[in-house]
Amino acid sequence: MDSTIIIEKSVIIVAVFALTMLMAMYSTWAERKVAAWLQDRVGPNRAGPFGLFQPLADGLKLFSKEEFEPNTPNRFLFFVGPAIAMSTALMTSAVIPWGDRLHLFGRDILLQATDLNIGLLYFIGVVSVGVYGIMIGGWASNNKFSLIGAVRAASQMVSYEVAMGLSLIALLMMTGTLSLREISAQQAGMDWNVFYQPLSFIIFLICAFAEANRTPFDLAECETELIGGYHTEYSSMKMGFYLFAEYANMFISSTILAVLFFGGYNYPGMSWVVENWGVNIANVMGFGALFIKLCGFIFFFMWVRWTIPRFRYDQLMHLGWRILIPLSIVNIMITGIVMLRADIAAYFGF
Amino acid sequence: MSTILIIFCVLSAVTLATAFLTIFSRNPIHSAIYLVICFFSIAGHYLLLNSQFLAIVHVIVYSGAIMILFLFTIMLMNLNEEKEVHRPRITRLGAIVSFCLICLILIAIFINSKPIVGEYVTTGEDYQSIKVLGKVLLNEYMVPFEFASILLLVAMIGTVLLSKKEKLQK
Repeated sequence: MDSTIIIEKSVIIVAVFALTMLMAMYSTWAERKVAAWLQDRVGPNRAGPFGLFQPLADGLKLFSKEEFEPNTPNRFLFFVGPAIAMSTALMTSAVIPWGDRLHLFGRDILLQATDLNIGLLYFIGVVSVGVYGIMIGGWASNNKFSLIGAVRAASQMVSYEVAMGLSLIALLMMTGTLSLREISAQQAGMDWNVFYQPLSFIIFLICAFAEANRTPFDLAECETELIGGYHTEYSSMKMGFYLFAEYANMFISSTILAVLFFGGYNYPGMSWVVENWGVNIANVMGFGALFIKLCGFIFFFMWVRWTIPRFRYDQLMHLGWRILIPLSIVNIMITGIVMLRADIAAYFGF
Repeated sequence: MSTILIIFCVLSAVTLATAFLTIFSRNPIHSAIYLVICFFSIAGHYLLLNSQFLAIVHVIVYSGAIMILFLFTIMLMNLNEEKEVHRPRITRLGAIVSFCLICLILIAIFINSKPIVGEYVTTGEDYQSIKVLGKVLLNEYMVPFEFASILLLVAMIGTVLLSKKEKLQK
């Protein structure tokens, strides 16, 4: 294989990895700042200006804490749990197009780790594997509360994955492709999918909350009932990995939302910028646009956390099975009818 | 070529080892975890055959399915008791006979489908892409496809009926 491609892809992969870690770190800071702002408090402000070094201090603290292990017969699985959670959270970013292309050193560089034909399915697959980390960790903790948290996480994942897949089918019927790069390219300018598929967007957003285990769907770690849920027995950096994976998942979900429904790296007037200022500037601005969109979604995730209280478990199942799944099926049918309206009209002789 | 062969050997070893461990491990949860690894390595085989779509669908379907298996194992089985269940001889005999029958059917399928698969290879179309796959499934193989979906529907309705409690008649 061409050695320059290997170098190019490794640079992109390392950059995406660093970005995911950085965003996960600063999401913890932002979450506390947003919480403080919504509750009229100050928030973390001791370490550095505006408390900006707080995540570093937290990380240092988690690393230097005592490593506690419960008396469990499944020590290996107890270690594997956080590892699965973390690695699946980092794997998803491989298929996300961060921008169109840069023209550097006489070659076109696609700003994406890999352009899979089936990028969207890859995302769903990796997300569904992610809950194994919670399940295995919670089970191996040898603790009733952890086990209940794990079982809740698993059944929640199974229920919401159906609605998530069905809501995406309506989108795929329109785009006709599963490649995230092509879906982004189709939404050039302000031709965003959210205007055509608002219902699909709302269902996907709710399911993204459920898949990332965020409030109001964080029944797996419901403190008032289950101490800490699946990570009750975890301490030190293993606990840190679970929390980190949650924030990384939130970051990835926000990015996928922005790419699928809000135009990805597209912004109004992008073609004008490409013509007049060149490809590189246009695409750096495109990355900036994507970044602003995903930061908006991350803020939305936090906003909801401090606005809507946690659901009861039966309410969660009711919402998933009785409301979201029928709604997404109706959405698929409406999309099909609208796409085939010319044929249907011809058939009935209008 | 040799790298692919090495990957194939490693994957096959993992598949076979985890498949055996699924059956032989005493703890049902460990069995389920070995089953997950087994299915993932089968997805790896699909990737080696350059069928990305099949591989990722395999992962999606089976990761959800085994998650449900996990839940049932935890909820329905007594995990503290790790005794081997004694089965009567007739059950074992039945299992062996049905295994042999399945093997026979699979061999028949492979032998009969080989010429059809050969035709597709010679047309030179990209049969890994979802577009082509969907068209072939819904045009040429419409009837078997619909039969498969009816089979799944019947299985689902049957499960619901079986799990429903019968009303006591007085």
